Amino acid sequence: MATTNELEQVVYSHPKALADVSTHYCPGCTHGVAHRLIAEVIDEMGIQERMVGVASVGCSVFAYNYFDFDWVQAPHGRAPAMATGVKRVLPDRMVMTYQGDGDMASIGMGEIVHAAARGENITVFFLNNTNYGMTGGQMAPTTLPGQKTTTSVSGRDVETQGFPLRASELLATLDGASYVVRRSLHDPKNIRLAKKAIRTAFETQARGLGFSMVELLSTCPTNWGMTVPQATQWLEEKMIAFYPLGDFKVTQAVSEIRI
Amino acid sequence: MARELLKGNEAVAEAAIRAGAVAYFGYPITPQTELLEHMSKRMPELGRAFVQAESELGAVNMVYGAACTGRRVITSSSSPGSSLMMEGFSYMAGTEVPAVFVDVMRGGPGLGNIQPSQADYNQIVHGGGHGDYTPIVLAPASVQESIDLTVLAFDLAEKYRSLVVILTDGSIGQMMEPAELPPMAPINNETPEWAVDGNMVGRERRFLSSIYLDPPAEEVTNFRLQRRWQEICANEVRYKEYYMDDAEYAVVGFGSAARAALSAVRAARAEGIKIGLLRPITVAPFPTKVLDDLSRRMKGLLVVEMNSGQMLEDVRLATSGRIPIEFYGRMGGVMLLPDEVLAEIHALATGPLTTEGHPRDRWLARMAGKN
Repeated sequence: MATTNELEQVVYSHPKALADVSTHYCPGCTHGVAHRLIAEVIDEMGIQERMVGVASVGCSVFAYNYFDFDWVQAPHGRAPAMATGVKRVLPDRMVMTYQGDGDMASIGMGEIVHAAARGENITVFFLNNTNYGMTGGQMAPTTLPGQKTTTSVSGRDVETQGFPLRASELLATLDGASYVVRRSLHDPKNIRLAKKAIRTAFETQARGLGFSMVELLSTCPTNWGMTVPQATQWLEEKMIAFYPLGDFKVTQAVSEIRI
Repeated sequence: MARELLKGNEAVAEAAIRAGAVAYFGYPITPQTELLEHMSKRMPELGRAFVQAESELGAVNMVYGAACTGRRVITSSSSPGSSLMMEGFSYMAGTEVPAVFVDVMRGGPGLGNIQPSQADYNQIVHGGGHGDYTPIVLAPASVQESIDLTVLAFDLAEKYRSLVVILTDGSIGQMMEPAELPPMAPINNETPEWAVDGNMVGRERRFLSSIYLDPPAEEVTNFRLQRRWQEICANEVRYKEYYMDDAEYAVVGFGSAARAALSAVRAARAEGIKIGLLRPITVAPFPTKVLDDLSRRMKGLLVVEMNSGQMLEDVRLATSGRIPIEFYGRMGGVMLLPDEVLAEIHALATGPLTTEGHPRDRWLARMAGKN
C-alpha cells in the first residue's frame, strides 16, 4: 500500500481480492480486466472472506490462482451445478462461477439453464470471446457467422455448423433468473458499466434475490489472429452487432437495489 | 429403536439422514426413485438441502460442490444414471473429497430394464471414471445391512477422503424387511482443514481442484491415492462366512446373488453336502486373502452373480488357478433362484472338477439351449 501525504491521494491500487501473481493470460486478453473488476467489487462490498469461487474449464481454469479467496474447480460446464452444491449447504456464503462461452454455452448449457430456472442464488460471470481459447481457438457456440476458427477454417457456415446462440437472451426468458445483462470490456466507458453490473449481480445474491449473470464480451487477440487494437475494434464492430449490450432481465426487486 | 417394516431404498435414505447427511442431490430413475422421493420429503422438513437435479451429471456435480465443503453429502442412481455420474466420481477422486453414492443396479447394457442386476460391478469396482482411482464399494444383502452400511459409508468416506459406493440392486432396493434404523446423529458443521467453506477468517485461501498441469505433481497425488488404497485394503476388508467351519466347497457371491446362494447352501447342507458361503461385503477392497486361503484348503468354489462373471475375475485373480472354480450367473435383470444354485452345487460336489479352461466358457456351454 502506497503511503500518501496531504497532497497525494491513492486512486489506484491492487485489489485485496486479487492475488499478487502474474496470470497466464495472453497479452491483450480481457480476462485480466474482468478479474480486476470482480476483485474491486468484492473489496468494495467487503465479502472477500466469505466468497467461494467455482472455476470452469478453459482459459479461466486457473482463476482460483488469481483471486485471493476460496475456490473449487469444476468439470467442463458443470460450474453452476457445483456452485449449487456449495450454496445449498452454505447459503450465507457468496458463490460465483467464472465461465467461458465454450464451457457455459455448449457443454454446460444444461447446468446453466437449470441453475437459472431454479433461481439458484449464485452469480455467474460469463466471458464471451466467441471461441475456445484454451484449446487453441476452435469454433464455439458463440462464434459469429463467417468467423474463422481452427474448426471453421473458411468461416462459420451456418448451413452446416449452425447458428451462434445468445445465452443472455435465452436465460432471460426463465422465471428463475433475476438479473441477466450483457456488458463489454472493450473501452473504459463500457468497463465502468461492466463493473456496475458486477456490483448489481453480487448485490442480487447478497439480498437473496436469486440467479444473477453478467455476460462480458471479451477479446481474444491470440486466437483471433489480431493485434490488440484490431481485436478491440472487432469486438466493438462485429460482436456487439450480434450480441447487443443491455439488460435482458432485471426483476422489480433487483431494480430497486440502491447501492 | 424398534424394528420396522422398511423398504430398502427408503431405509437407505433415512439411514443417510440419521448418519448426518446435510445434502442430497439426485435424479429420478427406477429402481432407485423411492430414495429420491424419501429425501425430497425429509430433507426440507429437517432444514437440509435437497435438489432434484436436471440430470445425473448435474446431481453428481452438486454432490462434488457440497463435498468440497467437507459436509456429509449423498446421491443415488441406477445403472444408466450411474454411468453418467462417472465424470464426477473421477473428479472427486482426483480432488480427494468424501461422498456417498448408492447404485441400485438394474438390467443392462443400454437402457436395459428395471429388474435387479449386478452388472455394474466392473464399472463401479474397477473404475468407470478416467484415471487411477478406486472407490470403496459396500455390497449389502438385506435391508438391515443396507442401513448399517450406509452409516458406515459416511464414516469411511470421511476417514479416507474417498467416494464410498453402496452397490445394491433393484431387489434389495425394492424389498421390504423388518429392520432397525439408527438414532439421529447430530450434524457435524465443522469444516475439515482441507475443505473449502468460504470462511476465510484468520486463514489463507483454500482451493480444491483435480488439475495438476505438472506431471510429477500429478504423480505425487496418484501415489497418495494408491497408498491410501493400500491402507484401505489392509484395514477395511469386510465379508461374512456361512457354514464355512467344516466346508469342503464354498459358494462365493455378493448382495442379492448371495441371498439366493444362502438358501441353496442351506438346502445342500440338509442333504449332507459340506458347503459354505463366502459373501464379500466390501467388494472393494476385495477379500483377496480370504480367497487365497480358501483356495489352499477347499475342493472347489462356485461363484454366483447376476452378471456374466465380473467378480469371478477377482476370485480367479485371488486364487491363482490353485482351485477348481465354476460359475453360475443370470443376466439382463433375470433373478438368480436358489434351485438353480442348488443344481450347480450338486454338479460341483459330484464333479469332475478342473482348474483348466475358463469357468465362464463352461457356464455358457451349460446355458446353451436353456435360453
